[in-house]
Formats: sequence, structure tokens, C-alpha cells
Amino acid sequence: MLSVKNLQVSYGKITALHGITFNIQKGEIVCIIGANGAGKTTTLRAISQLVKADAGSEIIYDGKNLVDYPADKIVSELGISHVPEGRHIFGNLTVQENLTLSAFARKDRDAVAKDMEWVFSIFPRLKERQWQKAETLSGGEQQMLAVGRAFISGRNIMLLDEPSMGLAPLLMMDMFAALKKINEEGTTILLVEQNARLALKFAQRGYVLESGQIVLEGPSADLLANPDVKKAYLGG
Amino acid sequence: MVSFFQNLVNALQWGSFYALIALGYSMVYGILMLFNFAHGDIFMVGAYIGFFVATGLLALTVSGSIALPGWLVLLLTIIIAMALNSIVGMLVERIGYRPLRDAPRASAAITGLMIGIILETGNLALLGAQRLSFPPLIATETYNIAGVNVTNKKIMIVGVALFLMLVLHLFITKTKWGMAMRAMAYDFAIIPLMGVPINLIAALTFGLGSALAAAAGILYGVAYPILDPYMGILIGWKAFVAAILGGRGSILGAAFAGFLLGFIEIFTATIFPSTFRDLIAYSIILIILTFRPHGLFGEAYSARLRL
Ligand SMILES: Nc1ncnc2c1ncn2[C@@H]1O[C@H](COP(=O)(O)OP(=O)(O)OP(=O)(O)O)[C@@H](O)[C@H]1O
Ligand SMILES: [Mg+2]
Repeated sequence: MLSVKNLQVSYGKITALHGITFNIQKGEIVCIIGANGAGKTTTLRAISQLVKADAGSEIIYDGKNLVDYPADKIVSELGISHVPEGRHIFGNLTVQENLTLSAFARKDRDAVAKDMEWVFSIFPRLKERQWQKAETLSGGEQQMLAVGRAFISGRNIMLLDEPSMGLAPLLMMDMFAALKKINEEGTTILLVEQNARLALKFAQRGYVLESGQIVLEGPSADLLANPDVKKAYLGG
Repeated sequence: MVSFFQNLVNALQWGSFYALIALGYSMVYGILMLFNFAHGDIFMVGAYIGFFVATGLLALTVSGSIALPGWLVLLLTIIIAMALNSIVGMLVERIGYRPLRDAPRASAAITGLMIGIILETGNLALLGAQRLSFPPLIATETYNIAGVNVTNKKIMIVGVALFLMLVLHLFITKTKWGMAMRAMAYDFAIIPLMGVPINLIAALTFGLGSALAAAAGILYGVAYPILDPYMGILIGWKAFVAAILGGRGSILGAAFAGFLLGFIEIFTATIFPSTFRDLIAYSIILIILTFRPHGLFGEAYSARLRL
């Protein structure tokens, strides 16, 4: 459903991605793992058109080349949402306003109301803090808001950039349980993580990204058992 | 005491002009991190558009096709000119600033100054050097309230200005577009991830600021009916100072500081000779800014990032 071919991205003279190729099927959970600076965030930003891919790169979703779309249409027309690294919630807006804003381009008011209820049902803490300024939320709650916001903005694919970052273990479990529910609602998930063990346990398939290149790929179970992966990413 | 209230009335009138213009500077800065140095000239263009709309409506009235009372002509003029000037503002954004969105901020500032000069000299080339006189749409009536002279025009000017600020406030706090503007001021980079087109919000911001500047231009024309192509320069810079004084990007600050500026100017003039007015008024503001470099309502540290 999403097929990335020979994706290359450069920041000025620095090339962050050296032509990577991967694909995701409808309904799947796929992860990309890699160390700091491997190019994980860049990959997601290129799909969302927040950064332009170099010529020759192909990002095809349902037969459409994403490179032809402006960033907002990726979300509003194609339903590809993105939870950015570091959450980026709007701290000056209330929790409710953050969610309302994420429905900016949607015309189906009833469905939006339903989606909001659903977000509150998987993240009851957000409901309790509905009218609070988002900057007063704890880190974990901000992550919930970022995920909830993405769910409302577009439901076909959700791109997740390190949702585990800064979460206590218990909260992390809750978060991944919620992501599982989102996937069961029919949303395909592309997860990017430094926490490889967590990501591979959650995803069905994985790719290993090193210095802008995919060096390994396969079903999660295989990657978890792979000695190289064990050594480099799972602490031996 | 009487003279205090007399000055207060005048200060409110000048404060209305400054506040309406300062709001445009502040919104654009808050949302796009850009000082729109053409804004004073957009105020001038708004005043001229107001002139032509009012003259046109009066011509219709005289020719007998429709008979409109003066206050209605004024009201229509304000509404139509605000709409037209918002298009001017959006064009300035589209042509002048959008191509420079990722360029160094200095390039955008220089572009703003050049757009200003183009608007001034374009006006001069189109309309010639003679000054235009804004048609007197409503007759001046003076009321004496406990010894203080208040004219109907001054009441109207302050009333319209406050009303527009209230509408702006409601727009920004209650609508989804206002919500998007506030969000964009906080975190520019990820606005598209909400399905919100950045260009739409940028155009909207320029449109709103320019509409308010047009209202200021017409109100100014009602109070001081002489229009010339350079009328926006000094008042524009002063409103810019108000925007800085209020705190860059702060809407409330810009409105408040606009009025504060009016007060400082008028009351300085009551104490010092009028040739000293601006020198002393702006020295006072410089001193305030020395102690509050981020302005009265500005954040000391801005977490905003443009990626
Ligand atoms: N805006 C930028 N300008 C220049 N170089 C950049 C920029 N963003 C990322 N890079 C570089 O591109 C490479 C990949 O960065 P990226 O953020 O994609 O890595 P990452 O895998 O997400 O790392 P992390 O796990 O630390 O988030 C890095 O070498 C980084 O320094
Ligand atoms: Mg990253």
C-alpha cells in the first residue's frame, strides 16, 4: 500500500538517506529501528513531505506519488498522519483545541465527534484534562495527545516517531496497548524506534537502518533472533 | 482636571489608530516570524481605497441612483475597504514574502521596505502629487460633557476600533482558523501535520492585519482628511514601536501598547513644547524597553522553533 523506492534525502551537502527501499501492506505494523542519526526521523519526514526527497526517489501510496502533494494534503486527502519526534503538541491551546485543530480539514462532523470520543476512550486521562492548556500536561499525557491528534487527522496510515521516548515503563505499556487498538481499528502503522526490543515485539516486520541505509529486514521474530541485531541493538 | 480628560479623549483617538495598525505587525510577526515593514504603507493604501469607495458611493448618491445617509456610506466604506485591502495584504504576502519563507529574515525585512517604497511611489505615479481630501461623510457634532469637548467623530473612531478588536479577539479565540493561527504561532513546523495549509493561514494573517489597517486608514481620514502617499510612514513606524512595546507577537500587547503610545504622546505634548513631543515620548519608550526588552506582554524566552 505504501511503497518507498530508492529514497534519498540530503540536507545541504549531508546525505541522510542513501536510497532506501521498503514497503508496508494494509493493516500491518512495521518498524524501522536504528541508532541515533541513522535517518529514522528523516524517513518519516520525507513521507510526510516535511522535507523534500532528492530527485529519483519514489514514495508511492495507492498509486499516487506523494512527492506531488503538499504536506497538509498528505494528511487531509490521503489520510497519512504523523506523530512527530518530541510530540510537538500546541502548548498554548487546550487539549480539546489540539484535537479540534487536527480535524481542521475534515468536513464529516459526526465522524469527527465519534473519533474524538474514541480517543478519549483509549486515553481517559485526556478526557480528564480536556480543558487544560496542553503545556500543563505531563510528558506521557502529551504523547497521548500527540497520538490522539494524529488519529483524528488521518486514519489510513500512522507514522510514529519514537512514541516511547521519555515514558516510564508502565505508561509505555499503556501507550503500546493503545497503539495496538488503533491498528485494530484499521490503521496501518509505521513505527520508528531506538528501543529496538520494544519495537520488534510490537511490529510484525522490521527494517534495520544504519547510517542512511537499510542493512537488514525481515519478520520481527527473525530480527529478534539475529545475532547481529542482538549485538548492536538488543544489548547482547 | 478638565484638561486631563480632554487629553484623554485625544489620546484614545490616537491610540485607536496605533492599536489597529500595531495588531497587523504583531499578528504577522507572531505567526510568520516576520516584521512586515510594508505595513505602514498598507495602511496608506487602505486609506486611499477608502477614499475611492467613499467617493464612489457619494457619486451614486448624488446622481440619485441611491440615497444613502452619510453614516451608512461610512459604514459601507469601512467594510468594503477592509475587504479590498485584505486582498492587497494577501498579494503582498504571496508575491513579496512567500518566496522568502525559508530565506534569512533580513532578506524578508529588506523586501518589506522595498514593497513599501513601491506602494508609495506607485501611488505617486498613478495619482500624481496632489493630496486628496477625504470626503466629510458625517458632520462634526461637539458635545460638552462636564467641560470636556467630545466630538461624535472621536466617539465613533474609538468605538469602531474597540469593536474591531473585540471581533478579532473572538475570531482568534473561537474559530478554527483562529485556533490554527494560535497553533502556528506556537509551533510553525508541524502545522501541516494537522492537515492545515500553512499558506492559507499565512494569507489569512496578512488579510486580517491589512483589513484592520484599512479601517485605521479610514478612521484617520475621518479625523484628518488629508491623504498623501507618504502618510503611512511615520504612523507605521510608530505603530511598529507599539507592537514591539506590547511584546512581539502578542495581540493583547499590541492593542494595549497602541493606546499607551497615544497616551504617552499626548501627555508629553501637554508638558513639553510640541516640537519635543516625539523626542521625549520615544525616549520614554526606549527606557521602558531597556527594562522590559521583550515588551510588556512578550515572553522572555520564546520556545518557538522554525525547522
Ligand atoms: N535539519 C537538518 N539539517 C542538517 N542535517 C540534518 C537535519 N536533520 C537531520 N540531519 C542529519 O541527518 C542524519 C539523520 O538524522 P535523523 O534525525 O533522521 O536521525 P534519527 O535516526 O531520527 O536519529 P535519532 O534517533 O537521534 O532521532 C543525521 O546525521 C542528522 O545529523
Ligand atoms: Mg529521530
